[in-house]
Amino acid sequence: MVRASTIAWVKRMELGVLAWGDGGWGDELARGAMVTIAIASAAYVVGSVLGILFAAMKLSGSSTLRSLATAYTTAMRGMPEMLVIYIVFFGGGSLGTWIATNVLGVRGHVDLPSFAVGVVCIALSVAAYACEVIRGAVLAVPHGQIEAAQAVGMTSLQRNRLVVAPQAFRLALPGMTNVWQFTVKDTALVSIIGVTEVMRSASIASNATKQPFTFYLAALAIFIVIAYLSQRLFTRLQQSADRGVRWGA
Amino acid sequence: MQALVATDIRKAFGPLEVLRGISLKADKGDVIAIIGGSGSGKSTFLRCLNLLERPDAGSLWLNGLALDFGDGDRARTIAPATKAQLRRRLGMVFQSFNLWTHMTALDNVIAGPIHVLGQDRKAAREAGMELLGKVGLADKAAAHPAQLSGGQQQRVAIARALAMRPEALLFDEPTSALDPELVGEVLQVIKALAAEGRTMILVTHEMAFARDVATHVMYFLDGRVEEEGAPDRIFTDPRSERCRSFLRKFL
Repeated sequence: MVRASTIAWVKRMELGVLAWGDGGWGDELARGAMVTIAIASAAYVVGSVLGILFAAMKLSGSSTLRSLATAYTTAMRGMPEMLVIYIVFFGGGSLGTWIATNVLGVRGHVDLPSFAVGVVCIALSVAAYACEVIRGAVLAVPHGQIEAAQAVGMTSLQRNRLVVAPQAFRLALPGMTNVWQFTVKDTALVSIIGVTEVMRSASIASNATKQPFTFYLAALAIFIVIAYLSQRLFTRLQQSADRGVRWGA
Repeated sequence: MQALVATDIRKAFGPLEVLRGISLKADKGDVIAIIGGSGSGKSTFLRCLNLLERPDAGSLWLNGLALDFGDGDRARTIAPATKAQLRRRLGMVFQSFNLWTHMTALDNVIAGPIHVLGQDRKAAREAGMELLGKVGLADKAAAHPAQLSGGQQQRVAIARALAMRPEALLFDEPTSALDPELVGEVLQVIKALAAEGRTMILVTHEMAFARDVATHVMYFLDGRVEEEGAPDRIFTDPRSERCRSFLRKFL
């Protein structure tokens, strides 16, 4: 019974719908994949830079900066990502409309660009996680090596640039690989504000063709390929960062 | 000619008084060995000399550079530039080597000359290779610390300190972290430096070596100098009972 129905299903699954061009949805899915990669990459870069800033705040001597950064990372890591997207997109839109009406005296509705909002929202969350990873990596640089840098008379900027940063980079890589993987998955959430990434492309295609399984499997395949390729890239990066530092590397 | 003078250095960690007023005078070419039990303050004192620990009170003088730490006035800050100048002019060798693990041996040696002294890369490399040759490691220039034995790492660390052309060298138990069979190669390098007439302050547990190389020995006890003098006298006829019983443990 099961086998018969499986065969029936496979027969019904016409892979022609995945064709390129007007006849199929292959190009739409590929475009979706590009958007996913673009959002993830942009959010990862922006988020990592913010993460470095927050980590620097957390490691600074100022208790004000430390508490600001702690408040941010605690709130951000505790909040569902979807809530952040709603607040920024819809909240930001209403705020924009209010400003347009009451400050600028222009009637109408302000819509925020959903791609940019998506990138910003995911970057905000990446920053919170990256901050912790980077902070841990900086703290894992052996203190004796920092003292050795002080002992030759390096300024704190030189110590950070020449001794701390290169080693923290290496130590942060495993954690930052992890952050990248969930950044890719988080991009699926921005489909709710209308960004046509992989998930939304698959959903549009499945609605149009009534073949949800085909298109969600295709989406799955795309995510797995992205995960696989990025894993390889990060492994390479790690190997080159470990060269000479660890045995066998 | 005086090279390095420390006067009445005091340091407390919370309620614990680690240094209770220690003075040291090193003339150019002096090799001063500091000995004493653990917790006697010898490493803390050495670290005070290049401000890895901030003394609570006392003063330092290094060939004209004078620093006054006030009298228990912790609020008095030392300008970062002054701090950096003092450190640049003093070489430090640590117990646990503290090489920068992401750099090759040669890069460890030349990082200070290039970035702190502003030497050009080519000149720094040549000088660095010469120093690595001097400590017997010219063939290890491209090796990373993880690929070197403890003794080799410490010799690279000595070359790193020498590369800054320091006016005095500070050694903080340079052989204590080494396997016994690797101690000799490091002591040999230090001995050669002493023979060149370098000014050195050496915290050590190697009594035979201290006796052999030092021009002056200080025995620390509970954050004070319990006894000091010429090595021959300290090692054969210590006046202090505590020093006598400390030295007996090493015979």
